[in-house]
Amino acid sequence: MSSNSNNAIEVRIPTILRPYTAGAKIVSADGATLRELIENLGKQFTGLDQRIMENGALLRFINIYVNDEDVRFIGGLDLALKAGDSVTILPAVAGGASNSGAI
Amino acid sequence: MVLQIRAALVQALWEHSEREHPIEACGVIAGSSTDRVPSRHIPMENSAYSPTFYEFESKALLALYKELDDRDEAPVVIYHSHTSTEAYPSRTDIAYAGEPDAHYVLLSTREEIATRSEFRSFRIVNGTVTEEPVEILAD
Repeated sequence: MSSNSNNAIEVRIPTILRPYTAGAKIVSADGATLRELIENLGKQFTGLDQRIMENGALLRFINIYVNDEDVRFIGGLDLALKAGDSVTILPAVAGGASNSGAI
Repeated sequence: MVLQIRAALVQALWEHSEREHPIEACGVIAGSSTDRVPSRHIPMENSAYSPTFYEFESKALLALYKELDDRDEAPVVIYHSHTSTEAYPSRTDIAYAGEPDAHYVLLSTREEIATRSEFRSFRIVNGTVTEEPVEILAD
């Protein structure tokens, strides 16, 4: 946890990203917005932020939920967070025959 | 690595895939996170409703993972059908593959091959696809 912690938020980490958190399934991070929270995760766990967003945007194949709501529908990375919010990160389960894909 | 799977589950995946054809069918087979034996078939809705793309609807995805977590289960098998191409991971499948411990099962329901002839399993880890044998167990 960073020294200027002011709103500890519980973040659930999916299996594929646990190598970054030494195997931890739940970590604590802080940030006034979701974007700041992800940046804070990157400070605690080097490289983790880059597996979640790129060039300031949430990666297409990552879903993030704040209090069980998909953030794509409630403000995206600029969503304001408060102490006690719970954040869950999950890889999208998607694919299909099209090689052009949706990425 | 090998995928060992009961015949009834193989049949359930075929039935789901044939029911959805020509839309891609998708879902998981959950199993205990300790022994990782595929046990419980959970068909999912393809929120893309597409013959060439599938995606678990995002809220259903979250509900699924919570349920698995509560039951100490894992998504042991993640499956989908290809409805006009072979049962082999596409570039899209590889780009999205987010469960390094899962067996990615593909079924092909394309019409020019014998019915129920292509049921294949793969590991997809860091962009690398490795096919594995499928051993069907008597029920």
